[in-house]
Amino acid sequence: MTTVTDALPRLLEASGGHAREGGVADAVDGLVPPYVVAPTGPRATEAVAAVLRTAHADGLAVVVRGAGTKLGWGAPPRRLDVVLETGGLDELVEHAAGDLVVVTGAGRRLEDLQRDLAGAGQCLAVDPARQGTVGGLVASADAGPARLGRGPVRDLVIGATVVRADGVVARSGGKVVKNVAGYDLGKLLTGSFGTLGVLTRVALRLHPVAEAGAWVTVPVASARHASALVQGVLHAQVVADAAELDRPGEGRAQLAVRLDGIAPGVAARAEQTAALLGTGAQVSDTAPAWWGRDLDAAAHGVTLKASYEPASLAVLLEAVDDASAAVGLPLDVRGSAAVGTLTVGLGGSGHGSDPAQVAAVLAALRGAADRFGGAVVVRDAPAAVRAAVDVWGPVRGLDLMRRVKERLDPTGVLAPGRFVGGI
Amino acid sequence: MDARGLAPWLADRLPAGAVIIDPVQLATYACDGLAHYKVVPAVVVLPETAEQVATVVRACAEHGVPFVARGAGTGLSGGALPHADGVLVVLSRMRDVVEVDRANQRAVVQPGVVNLQLSALTRPDGYYFAPDPSSQQVCSVGGNVAENSGGAHCLKYGFTTGHVTGLQLVTPAGELVELGGKAPDLPGYDLLGAVVGSEGTLGVATRVTVRLTRTPEAVETLLAGFPDTDSAGRAVSAVISAGVVPAAIEMMDALAIEAAEAAVHCGYPAGAGAVLIVELDGPRPEVAHQFEQVKGMCEDAGAFEIRVAADDTERALIWKGRKSAFAAVGRISPDYIVQDGVIPRTRLAEALTRIEALAGERGVRVANVFHAGDGNLHPLVLFDDAVPGEAERAEEASGAIIDLCIELGGSITGEHGVGSDKAKYMPRMFGEDDLDTMQLVRCAFDPAGIANPGKIFPTPRLCGEVPRRRTASEGAHPLVEAGLADQF
Repeated sequence: MTTVTDALPRLLEASGGHAREGGVADAVDGLVPPYVVAPTGPRATEAVAAVLRTAHADGLAVVVRGAGTKLGWGAPPRRLDVVLETGGLDELVEHAAGDLVVVTGAGRRLEDLQRDLAGAGQCLAVDPARQGTVGGLVASADAGPARLGRGPVRDLVIGATVVRADGVVARSGGKVVKNVAGYDLGKLLTGSFGTLGVLTRVALRLHPVAEAGAWVTVPVASARHASALVQGVLHAQVVADAAELDRPGEGRAQLAVRLDGIAPGVAARAEQTAALLGTGAQVSDTAPAWWGRDLDAAAHGVTLKASYEPASLAVLLEAVDDASAAVGLPLDVRGSAAVGTLTVGLGGSGHGSDPAQVAAVLAALRGAADRFGGAVVVRDAPAAVRAAVDVWGPVRGLDLMRRVKERLDPTGVLAPGRFVGGI
Repeated sequence: MDARGLAPWLADRLPAGAVIIDPVQLATYACDGLAHYKVVPAVVVLPETAEQVATVVRACAEHGVPFVARGAGTGLSGGALPHADGVLVVLSRMRDVVEVDRANQRAVVQPGVVNLQLSALTRPDGYYFAPDPSSQQVCSVGGNVAENSGGAHCLKYGFTTGHVTGLQLVTPAGELVELGGKAPDLPGYDLLGAVVGSEGTLGVATRVTVRLTRTPEAVETLLAGFPDTDSAGRAVSAVISAGVVPAAIEMMDALAIEAAEAAVHCGYPAGAGAVLIVELDGPRPEVAHQFEQVKGMCEDAGAFEIRVAADDTERALIWKGRKSAFAAVGRISPDYIVQDGVIPRTRLAEALTRIEALAGERGVRVANVFHAGDGNLHPLVLFDDAVPGEAERAEEASGAIIDLCIELGGSITGEHGVGSDKAKYMPRMFGEDDLDTMQLVRCAFDPAGIANPGKIFPTPRLCGEVPRRRTASEGAHPLVEAGLADQF
């Protein structure tokens, strides 16, 4: 086995010359990688494979970086030898507009992809404000508000080319939406945070851009009120395309429902929805200022993601209030209330980066998790906080997950420590 | 110990009558919906609880005995084909609806619950279970999970995998694990995504948490008669490119129509070379507007007759011809092969022309029934087994259709699964490395390779470590030494 310090020549050779020594600017969670590899050009996938073969043979720990927008999610890696940048894998391979399918390099930026598709009146059905690369979207499984109507990221992925930890290139799925041939590795990779393989190419199903859209907003008085409103939307037949809650720790809470479709239909559904939501409901053709914007690290320091059974929204919100009172910190909440995922921000008033406080909030919310039927994970937080708390919390089926990891990455070179249970 | 040797031990632990070794009874389980593959299992068990399933699977794991799970046995790819030296785990006694949770839009069911019964049960509450394979009157939710079943309406609503949020799974080692739940995004790998559609090779689902779908405010269904499949295909393209997402668009060609008429007298337009069934559902104003659009597109594409279902009875009649099409083909041909392939929808006209040609070359006829909206073809290759050589030529035509689907960028199966039938085609669609990678996942769940062996993968991968396998230094198992059992 070569030592980490003399790997550059091999990485240069493997990547076709696209390797260099890493610097402070390349740091992931404070770990400065000795090397950065950024394959590009028509043979980039082969280069990724060659780099991973080298890493696998030499035991070099590899963290994949797309645009870097979500690099601060998950637990800090235990080790880091190589940052593998996928930005060069940005080829738009095929847009089969008539089939509502696109095949793209995983490094393609979402904003570029959406622009490619817009000409045909189509889109990738994640929130248009999403930043980052296609590969990052899949690895993090973070769709934004559009998920209620269009489904989670895993449903959009119809085919994937992945380079295994040992450098073997494998495909699953294909480029047709309906396909049950073989295991659906695309789903397994979705949300795997770069710990099972490196996505190099993805086939995605597309949706037509709606001809018209409207938002209906309503002030929310309390946790119970929020829950009643969301239940009203879920059980109605208006077919909401998104329903987002914004509930600052200090300030007024609001629920906003998005309706997409044809103009006359949207108008009628918006009126129906306004009637459903009751006092104070307003129809608008513009989104609320907060719509589709994550509670992010810059403004909030630390964010947590809570998932819950949709009918238990009030239980979760009350648990947030209790945690807020116990810690003495206003907690902001925003997210896809009707789907069952919310982000909790701890830094609304400039505090919330103290590991002890974060741990206390986590403990309080996780203590209520049985009652709302979900889980709470740390999303964005300074590395020091993530190193000090249990980022992922308890995990169902962890043994099986470990076995999957051991089979696909037996020497543990892909982002070791990043994922659940230290995977 | 072999499977038969396990039977007395299992009989002690399962309810009376739940272990079958009588040859006559065993023979009734020899096939699933793909009846030309037949294998009589060594033992059939009929467990009633998850714990009993786990007991059976643990015993199989302990002794290296293969097992196959079976739901209602309606699968069309031989996915539930028994193993001659194995245990067939029949889940038809596990048919409790554990919970309907309307507030969360979820239901929790045992695997033997019949697909349509779940919808019937939840419809009064304004909900239904969206996946609707043609066999939905009898097929089980557990089978839907194994096969990732589709159906006519998955064009809009997606396949089973999008409607399963949680599973209780007995792993091939016999552990009872919970994956997912009613909430989304539980932390960890999306193991549900791997298990749903894995055709019983990653374990046995003993409880399924499904998403219920709100019934739509309005449903409109039309039946349009076209002179030929080309003109019907143009209508499909027009609808999809206009950004309309119908709940379903189904096409049948002349031969399929002839068969359906003979069987169920559905009264489809006389002289049609193709019919389209288009269904739209959703909020009333949108459906009304788009339905007019769709009618116009059908007329523009050359439809000579358009019928609109006035009510649910008329809608059911329109669907009756389509849903009975496979069985109906028996009226016009003594034997037939149901094929299930996928092409990119835009290559439909080309695919149909070439299917006709390659059937013609082999002297057999093909009736086409398909989910036109997503390019999922069900060519029915007609033949007469009594004519020497015809079955082989039909099989050849069927295989050539699959090659065509691959060549056009599609898939060897859209919803019936790979099972026993199509394992041999997998290497045509996937490379060795692709299949090997999938099998690494299998090794994670089933290192001993005892869960539904022989399905999906043409060549089993050795996982490199098999728990509980005795090494040479341990000597042979005492039962083997005593000549009471074989070990493999």
